[in-house]
Amino acid sequence: MNHALLFSVFVVASCGLAYELIAGALSSYLLGDSITQFSTVIGCYLFAMGIGSWLSRYVERNLVARFIQIELMVGVLGGFSAAGLFFIFVWFSSPFKLALYLAVFGIGVLVGLEIPLIMRILKRDLAFKDLVSQVLTFDYLGALAVSILFPLLLVPHLGLVRSGLLFGLLNVLVALWALWLFREQLQHAGWLRAQGLFSMLVLAAGFAAAGHFTSLAEAHLYADEIVHAESTPYQRIVITRWKDDLRLHLNNNLQFSSRDEYRYHEALVHPGLSTLPGARRVLVLGGGDGLAIREILKYPQIESVTLVDLDPAMTQLFSTAPQLRVLNVDALASPKVKVVNADALLWLENNDDVFDFVVVDFPDPSNFAIGKLYSAAFYRLLEKHLNAGALAVIQSTSPLYARQSFWCVVTTLESVGLVTTPYHALVPSFGEWGFVLAGRRAYQPPAAYTVDTRFLTPEITPTLFQFPKDMARVDAEVNRLNNQVLVRYFEREWRQVIR
Amino acid sequence: MDRREFLASTLAFGATSLTGCANPSVPPLPPGALYGASLDLGHRLREPNFPLPSETRHVPVAIVGAGIGGLAAGWKLAKTGFADFLMVELEAEAGGNSRAGRNSVSAYPWGAHYLPLPTREATAVRELLAELGVLQGDPRASQPRYDERYLCSTPQERLYRNGMWQEGVLPQAGVSAAEREQYRRFYALMEAFKLRRDQDGRRAFALPMALSSRAPDLLALDTLTMRDWLLEQHLDSPHLHWYVDYACRDDFGTGVGSVSAWAGIYYFASRNGEALDAASDTVLTAPDGNAWLARGMAQSITKRVGDRLLSGALAFRVADTGKQIEVDLWLASEQRTLRLVADQLIWAAPLFLLPHVLVGHEALKAAACSYSYAPWLVANLTLSRFPEDRTGAPPAWDNVLYSGPGLGYVVATHQQMRQRPAATVFTYYRALNEMTPQQGRKLLLETPREDWAERILSELERPHPDIRQVTTRLDVFRNGHAMVRPLPGMLWGDARERFANDGVRIRFAHADASGFSLFEEAQYRGVLAAERTLRRLGVKFKSSLV
Ligand SMILES: Cc1cc2nc3c(=O)[nH]c(=O)nc-3n(C[C@H](O)[C@H](O)[C@H](O)COP(=O)(O)OP(=O)(O)OC[C@H]3O[C@@H](n4cnc5c(N)ncnc54)[C@H](O)[C@@H]3O)c2cc1C
Repeated sequence: MNHALLFSVFVVASCGLAYELIAGALSSYLLGDSITQFSTVIGCYLFAMGIGSWLSRYVERNLVARFIQIELMVGVLGGFSAAGLFFIFVWFSSPFKLALYLAVFGIGVLVGLEIPLIMRILKRDLAFKDLVSQVLTFDYLGALAVSILFPLLLVPHLGLVRSGLLFGLLNVLVALWALWLFREQLQHAGWLRAQGLFSMLVLAAGFAAAGHFTSLAEAHLYADEIVHAESTPYQRIVITRWKDDLRLHLNNNLQFSSRDEYRYHEALVHPGLSTLPGARRVLVLGGGDGLAIREILKYPQIESVTLVDLDPAMTQLFSTAPQLRVLNVDALASPKVKVVNADALLWLENNDDVFDFVVVDFPDPSNFAIGKLYSAAFYRLLEKHLNAGALAVIQSTSPLYARQSFWCVVTTLESVGLVTTPYHALVPSFGEWGFVLAGRRAYQPPAAYTVDTRFLTPEITPTLFQFPKDMARVDAEVNRLNNQVLVRYFEREWRQVIR
Repeated sequence: MDRREFLASTLAFGATSLTGCANPSVPPLPPGALYGASLDLGHRLREPNFPLPSETRHVPVAIVGAGIGGLAAGWKLAKTGFADFLMVELEAEAGGNSRAGRNSVSAYPWGAHYLPLPTREATAVRELLAELGVLQGDPRASQPRYDERYLCSTPQERLYRNGMWQEGVLPQAGVSAAEREQYRRFYALMEAFKLRRDQDGRRAFALPMALSSRAPDLLALDTLTMRDWLLEQHLDSPHLHWYVDYACRDDFGTGVGSVSAWAGIYYFASRNGEALDAASDTVLTAPDGNAWLARGMAQSITKRVGDRLLSGALAFRVADTGKQIEVDLWLASEQRTLRLVADQLIWAAPLFLLPHVLVGHEALKAAACSYSYAPWLVANLTLSRFPEDRTGAPPAWDNVLYSGPGLGYVVATHQQMRQRPAATVFTYYRALNEMTPQQGRKLLLETPREDWAERILSELERPHPDIRQVTTRLDVFRNGHAMVRPLPGMLWGDARERFANDGVRIRFAHADASGFSLFEEAQYRGVLAAERTLRRLGVKFKSSLV
């Protein structure tokens, strides 16, 4: 019996340290600055253990039953700590720290109660000298075991969430074992057993479900119903729907809302293309959703549209899913459209075709990989694919929220010798959005539109080219592969917007 | 982008690292090969027992060794229109330490991998870059424009420390204000050295080093180690010492505690090149490292005067007859000895070979014996995709590891014009500087590839947990005498001076003649040796060095 209890000291101690490590690691992962996170978590935890030890004096009767209940509580609270904290982080963010320290404190108090209680249970059979020596020996051994297993085995192979649940299960097993050992001395053993089994069930279910964790948490990030979600080697594609509003998110960035995407795509295509009555061959880079192509195909003289999009999953999705095909009027299925799934940079470098109109519709330059697609080197390549009178239009983020980023795109285009005409339009789900027309000659806005539009009229068109004071041109460096200033501007400007 | 999106991106990260991977099985070591400078042949030089020559050929100028130094000599001769020379090279191809390999994924370096923007005094480097079309416009401009394909793309470098990546190599997170103050002071000192010139207008630390000031207080820096100099300046910040140590290991294969302070400062104070279209700390690089520069010179030679390279030829005996030079070559593939009788010899192979090869010239041989060489290990890891990465700064061209025996790795596909390549090649570098060079060479000789592979993978596993899963091949290159070590006294001592001086029939065109191994130095020595040879032969030429 004593040996069994000493072994449980070992387990209890391992679990205690494990929760502490999990909390420290989790907060370092999520909040960064591991030194601060670990030291505050450990400090709070040790302090709470002190309080627990002190509180143990108030437990006077039913030592074994209390011990068992405390074990169960530690098991459930500690076991779910990682998962719970993680969910809180995803949902609310700001009370995360509060929740973290509350959890650490709570677990600390309970763990602090454990050892004194065990000692008092064992006191009945052991001399004080042996008691202290044996209990503390196992206590420290347990800590040692976990401190070694945690980084080497548990985190790499189980991850924090499952490690936490595993230790929770261990705590509960200790409780159930104690229940069995002391079955003769306990009153209400049946009730305790029910509590124990329930805790175990909950933890085991948590362990089994840990795999679905990402999707659950993700579902909550999007307020709307997710109608499609998939991870491709290039990005995470999520489509949500709320009533009749379909939204596409790539890597959690909104790409369009079906309510106002016509504004964006009309503004992207028509100011340029409607001034090119002779245009026959069009190139679309990015824009695998086919919405720009829908606008392009409104011009009967267009003979061919080449769409180059990196991700086959995108073009596949937008040429098969019924709702999306309604949205892009089945543009990708048009016999005039040729879909190429390739890296735009590579494709431009290895291809000699020239075009009359080019739509460059890449995601915003939020990382270096995408930043390359806004570089002088890229535009130099692009220029080689333009016919004498051709125009290219480039989506270039918001001139209002990311003013220097927008003008950086303009400056970069000019640095390779292109004549630019910047303009903007209001797309409610995005805000004020910017575009740049680039070509070898000066551009004249259209006096009329020959195709159907919902947003553009000849009357409002001149206003698109006027930049109010808060969006007026600012100096920016040329975005080069060897400086990627655009990504830096973009990061800085959007960080200010979020704040 | 709003907070939700930020959270979502954190979640995406958190989910992978929190749930971890459930597969505990360690994949077997990837296949690969163990390469090295033709070791057995090199070792035969110790007890040469090669057969007598079966053929004697006369050549006005012989160049032994076709690394950067030898190629630069040939390049200058050929540019002058002088065709009567032959370059002999032990290996199957030219390039020496600037060679590269290639597989279906990418070309990748086996040694040298970058060239800083050339200084104004590196006139021959600029001339070459202009010829190769990489420097555009006037080669002597203070801020030339460079072909952006060769300017290292952003991000150039990052550092893995305390479980995360930071931008740049100088440690930042958790460094105290006092240490940062030392960083500032260190940079101010280096900046002052950069700007300093003597009465003759020579820079304190010029690149090539031969053009540096000879001010006594500067040359005195060659009498102590870099560490001692730092401490003399009351610079004792551990992070600063780590950084300077890294720089010394990276460039000289030797740590801060052994390198001459002159060399250590030279690393920071000599490079002042600028570009119109890049920041001054940008380097020139390519998937194959510096091999494009070697190839560029080789092609320039062939274009002008035809093929002048005899490869697979080991020079094992050099004898000065007083009128001519006999160079005996072992042609391994033909299993015979060829004797070259040359009027002039440009020795562009490492100097440590001289005692085994040169007949007579005892003073030169004694000088060569004072040279010490750093052993290096280079591995190329072919990866089926980019490995998973720890948090922090995104993948850079040069990815440095704060702790661990290796320096880190460079990414061969970094300069590719594509968004992000699926497969790639990482070139891992390690200077064996934590032991004596002899111990290092012994380790290189004795350690099987599998051991290196295991060590390298477990080192890279820290920043890239799944590196084993994605590594499809791991080739190892060991180089026992990879580069000369600029120990105190080496740079401005008599021994090196002997090799830097002009000779009657023998001249030296290896980076060893500068006392440290850098592209600019090797190329300078090559061009200088060629110009001196031309002058001796009475051939008119336009100097590349003024
Ligand atoms: C791992 C590593 C990384 C480096 N990285 C850089 C870098 O990034 N940037 C940089 O500027 N420098 C770097 N260097 C330094 C590099 O050594 C120089 O840039 C340059 O390549 C040296 O050229 P070299 O001609 O002086 O010498 P070597 O390259 O040593 O050339 C000597 C040639 O002589 C041949 N040879 C030797 N013995 C004989 C013989 N008996 N007979 C015939 N031929 C013989 C050799 O095969 C070789 O081709 C690096 C070096 C190493 C080892």
